[in-house]
Amino acid sequence: MGSERDEELTRALAVDPVGGFEALVYAYQHRLYAFSLAMSGEPMDAEEIAQDTFMRAHVALSRYPSERIVVLKLNAWLHQIALNVFRNRARRRKLRLVPLDPDTLIADSAAGPERQALSRAALRELANLVSGLPEHQRAAVVLRCVQGMTYAEVAALLGQPEGTIKASVHRGLQTLKRRAGALSEVS
Amino acid sequence: MELLETDLRDLGHVNAPDGFAERVLAAVGIAPRTPDTYAEVETSLGVVHVAWNSEGISALRAAGTAGEFERWFISRLGRPVARVEVPPDRLARQVSGAIAGLDRRLRFDLTRLGPFEQDVLRKTAEIPRGEVRSYAWVAREIGRPRAVRAVGTALGNNPIPYLIPCHRVVRSDGTLGQYSAGGTNAKRAILQQEGVDAGWLEMLAGNGARFIGSRTTQVFCVPTCSHARRIKAPNRVFLRDEREARGAGYRPCSRCRPIAS
Repeated sequence: MGSERDEELTRALAVDPVGGFEALVYAYQHRLYAFSLAMSGEPMDAEEIAQDTFMRAHVALSRYPSERIVVLKLNAWLHQIALNVFRNRARRRKLRLVPLDPDTLIADSAAGPERQALSRAALRELANLVSGLPEHQRAAVVLRCVQGMTYAEVAALLGQPEGTIKASVHRGLQTLKRRAGALSEVS
Repeated sequence: MELLETDLRDLGHVNAPDGFAERVLAAVGIAPRTPDTYAEVETSLGVVHVAWNSEGISALRAAGTAGEFERWFISRLGRPVARVEVPPDRLARQVSGAIAGLDRRLRFDLTRLGPFEQDVLRKTAEIPRGEVRSYAWVAREIGRPRAVRAVGTALGNNPIPYLIPCHRVVRSDGTLGQYSAGGTNAKRAILQQEGVDAGWLEMLAGNGARFIGSRTTQVFCVPTCSHARRIKAPNRVFLRDEREARGAGYRPCSRCRPIAS
């Protein structure tokens, strides 16, 4: 999501709340869904988290004066809301851990020398694997590697130093690699 | 590790389920407008893809396949578009008529574009066939005189070229400037077809003549204004800039509003 497009969106939101919000939903639906899926590992949860995020954004925008709306950093702001929604749900469920059941996991048999894009099923498995990471690693890995934010952006969003984020991403990726390896040996 | 990171990036490109955006909008009480549909329309430019919804025409592309049109539409406007085999009769006549140069009043749906973009496109839609204005003129007319570059960007992203005639906006120095639908030569060709002599405009600008005045009416215009073209050769006077025009006692034309150029 380019920042130019974000500026267009915030300007639209400031002058035309209905049309602007519509544009915002169409511009961000996939991105927030992908974030929610990677964090929760469950398509049903992902849809609820993403929808909740938009609803909270809608309430917030209706209260903000337009001077505040035009300076919003939309991408970071929406991810922050999504992260809060996700954390609240996880807390309510007493941090339900996603079980890693090798029987339900499908190895990507097509993974030859020339790599193909993952199938929908394989992406679900990957999301499942990611959602098994400890939360601090998970948020860092998802924001950096799935959503493509810079380390500086992730650090600002999570309120941690960049070095800590880098370490979390590194450890998270190592864990993922180990578990993914273990999975393909099982299947 | 690299393979894993590529896979993770793929995870970031997962799409929300169909109808997700509509469910969100319904949940916050925003009634969905009719979805966009598109069809092929025969015009003097050849077959073009045109999309529309309940608000008006939302997009047009002259080149490319249906699949390319759909991908471009969703990336440009952020929403899907559905194909219909046969366009509504009235729409097809309006579009082909407008492209052929008949005076057609078209409704456009620009509502989901940014407010600045909307202003630029609506102003550009006012430029008559056979005439051109500068990027600076558009910027000045919409009350953003310093946003000349941004005008160029907005016109480069025009989702409805030809019908919103971004090809009629040129540089103040008389050269044609960028044209996203096929480059400067395509721009020259389409202007030529509309009766604008691009070579003559460049020649005028090269000689430092930005305006044309009439000795009889003491009014000055942009060179392509239909009033300027009615001035008989002996009465025609070429003017360098506003200062020279005013100094010689000329008033700006109220039709083409040349001082904005």
